[in-house]
Amino acid sequence: MLLDLRAETLSIEGFNGDSIEAYFAQPLTTDPVGGVVVIHHLPGYDKATKEITRRFASEGYLAICPNLYSREAPGASPDDAAATARANGGVPDERLVGDVGGAAAFLRSRDISNGKVASIGYCSGGRQSVLAACSLNLDAAVDCYGAFVVMDTPEESPFRFRSLVDKLPNLSCPLLGLFGAEDQYPSPEQTDILEAKLKELGKTFEFHTYENAGHAFFAPDRPSYRTEAANEGWAEIWKFFGTYLTN
Amino acid sequence: MCTYQTEHLALRASAKGPTGWIGVTDASVYFDHPTHFRAEHALSIDFLNPSKGPSARVALEMDVVSARALAQGILDALASVPAGLLAAG
Repeated sequence: MLLDLRAETLSIEGFNGDSIEAYFAQPLTTDPVGGVVVIHHLPGYDKATKEITRRFASEGYLAICPNLYSREAPGASPDDAAATARANGGVPDERLVGDVGGAAAFLRSRDISNGKVASIGYCSGGRQSVLAACSLNLDAAVDCYGAFVVMDTPEESPFRFRSLVDKLPNLSCPLLGLFGAEDQYPSPEQTDILEAKLKELGKTFEFHTYENAGHAFFAPDRPSYRTEAANEGWAEIWKFFGTYLTN
Repeated sequence: MCTYQTEHLALRASAKGPTGWIGVTDASVYFDHPTHFRAEHALSIDFLNPSKGPSARVALEMDVVSARALAQGILDALASVPAGLLAAG
């Protein structure tokens, strides 16, 4: 059953004590619930990501999406903010970790929080969800088609994303990976490498790679949307969070 | 897929958007997921003036055929201009 919810834009403390914008949705319940930090995709803090945030609340989780482009583009439309962030080479890893850490602390401080918090990210946010889980104490993490987890961005790229392989020993929680078989960033070969590394390290993880799906198969407002993969992926998310975010 | 590739250019130009004309100092050119154009990928150009903030932006998204035609059109237009005018411009 979907719960009623309340959603609002507010400010939270992020990296370096900076005040950053965030979109917060909470289920209208008095029962203790887990929390989810939603890490938006490269195209930014947009309507689609806010819908995802509300979806988590309607399913019974506190949910917050920090605007990772708050600093370089305060008040700008999501596409303009994303263009600026792209021109600047993306979000620095250290800043991302600070912002997600601030968002997680905000969720844990809510009256109805059961103290458990997960991260989930899409596209560039998928890599950032893994990065957050390797840098912060989280209870679960979901990587939806994040690239550059096991390899660096090419030298000619303005983005400076480094492989997270050397951080994987610090992975603090179970990881759910949801990928498209037709994606190249990350390719199935790259997610196989990640799987092998996690196995070698004895980490708890679960990967699903969907046929007939490429990058961004969860995005209902884009031609990349794939109904079957998205529905199956959502089902895996509810099962995963049901296991690791409840008391 | 997200390609994460971007070509940066310094420009001396003007562009007109919904709020009027802006001076353009920079451009980003990339082939990636578009915001508005109905395709999984598009050639995108952001005409920017970072000193005026993120909203000082005029954006184009187009398919590959259009992008090549546009690039060739620019080169053809320049090629047909008398050399003296190009030097003065």
